[in-house]
Amino acid sequence: MKPPKFMYCDPDTVEDAIALKSRYGHDSLVLAGGQSLMPMLNMRLANPDVLIDINGISDLKRITRTGEVLEIGAGVRQSELETDAAVADAVPLLGKVVPYIGHIENRHRGTVGGSLAHADAAAELPCAAITLDATVVVQGPSGRREIAARDFFEGFMTNACAPDELVVAVRFPVASAASGSAFVEVARREGDFALAAAAAVAEVGTDGRFTALSIGVAGIAATPVRATVVEEALVGQAATAENIAAAAKRIADRVTAGDDLHATGTYRKHLAATVVKRAVVAAVADAQNRSNGS
Amino acid sequence: MTTTENSPEARYAGDTRTVTLRVNGQEVTREVPTRTTLADFLRDDLDLVSVHLGCEHGVCGCCTVLLDGGSVRSCLMLAVQAQGHEIETVESLSADQNNLHPIQEAFAEEQGLQCGFCTPAMVLRTKEILADGQERTDDEVRHEISGILCRCTGYQNIINAVQNAGRKLRCGGAGGCGSAHDEAKGA
Ligand code: FES
Ligand code: FES
Repeated sequence: MKPPKFMYCDPDTVEDAIALKSRYGHDSLVLAGGQSLMPMLNMRLANPDVLIDINGISDLKRITRTGEVLEIGAGVRQSELETDAAVADAVPLLGKVVPYIGHIENRHRGTVGGSLAHADAAAELPCAAITLDATVVVQGPSGRREIAARDFFEGFMTNACAPDELVVAVRFPVASAASGSAFVEVARREGDFALAAAAAVAEVGTDGRFTALSIGVAGIAATPVRATVVEEALVGQAATAENIAAAAKRIADRVTAGDDLHATGTYRKHLAATVVKRAVVAAVADAQNRSNGS
Repeated sequence: MTTTENSPEARYAGDTRTVTLRVNGQEVTREVPTRTTLADFLRDDLDLVSVHLGCEHGVCGCCTVLLDGGSVRSCLMLAVQAQGHEIETVESLSADQNNLHPIQEAFAEEQGLQCGFCTPAMVLRTKEILADGQERTDDEVRHEISGILCRCTGYQNIINAVQNAGRKLRCGGAGGCGSAHDEAKGA
């Protein structure tokens, strides 16, 4: 249980990190917070020739709000999102999602960019990113490009980065004052990966009908999934518990995860509908609280 | 980046690095293989064997140390990554078994340990969470220590120990007004 030999590189700049990635491509791995990669190295499931440690790149550690966009550097630690006032104010959903990532000992090291790049379908931040229509900023030898979160998660543990590109930041649209948000997760034990989890952001008009709704679901397929079928069924409808429960059942069709050690496929379908229902109900309550409070 | 000398990896040659960090209040400089984990460095190079390795892949939490005051799993860091940082292990709390730290006293009084394998991690995590000086319920403590597995105690006595330690620390350390609390408890 010791890491294999590798050439250890700890560049100070994004440019140097990319130069290393360009040169070594698939023979290299990027070490961010290490909460997924270090276990893989210790168990020798990963055996890179070159390990590119990006923890020393200070440019990746910024959180900046520009108008209606909150940009979080890839190197920002997950635990910072739990305590940062600017994050809580701009994108309240993040503060609700992050406490479910592993345990605090993991979040003190784990990074925002690392979780997105790792692209685990059961992970919380990728689910939040698709729910919030975030944009992932990646940089390669020819510059930066922006990828919509929906397109970033391509498949099982697979993202849309080229081998010479690095995730450098993620941009979240600032939440509208009228919206409410919620996150609901079911796991076998606290800190475990989700059997199923749902994030929801809802806006409800004065007539009690949904004017906007976005729902992301984790743990049910090869990537995090937007519950478009549920969103479409509910927008324009009254935000009642009955309507929400009925529409939430539609997510079952999107569940492709089958039986495994932790749950059967049938149970996951049931669970997906349950977490979607609970997340939407809670997001509606949150929206009402926020509008009553203001 | 046309010549090898200017290439970004020119300065990364070699399987070892010199690291300088502070460990339990003292500056330490050592030559370490770059692939050595922080846990192995603390145990094998610095003899800090309170750092227990249960799983070596981030599941059990027994290797928890404080990095700049925050708990981390030392099996999931490389020693070279601790360059310039401050590390605390449970050895820093008390060097003298007749003069324990209030948190250690509380674990002893409440029998918050059996085999002791998870205990250094639990004690350090307790130190971290009690820094806010707040009282906490059983449920809150249960949540806060959930990153460390204990195979023995069933956790309840650890929770009692965390709460007891909190009372001791709020009263200004060991002894303090402990007896007054004991009376209040009995009343
Ligand atoms: S030994 Fe590090 S978490 Fe188990
Ligand atoms: S006392 Fe034995 S593992 Fe906790």
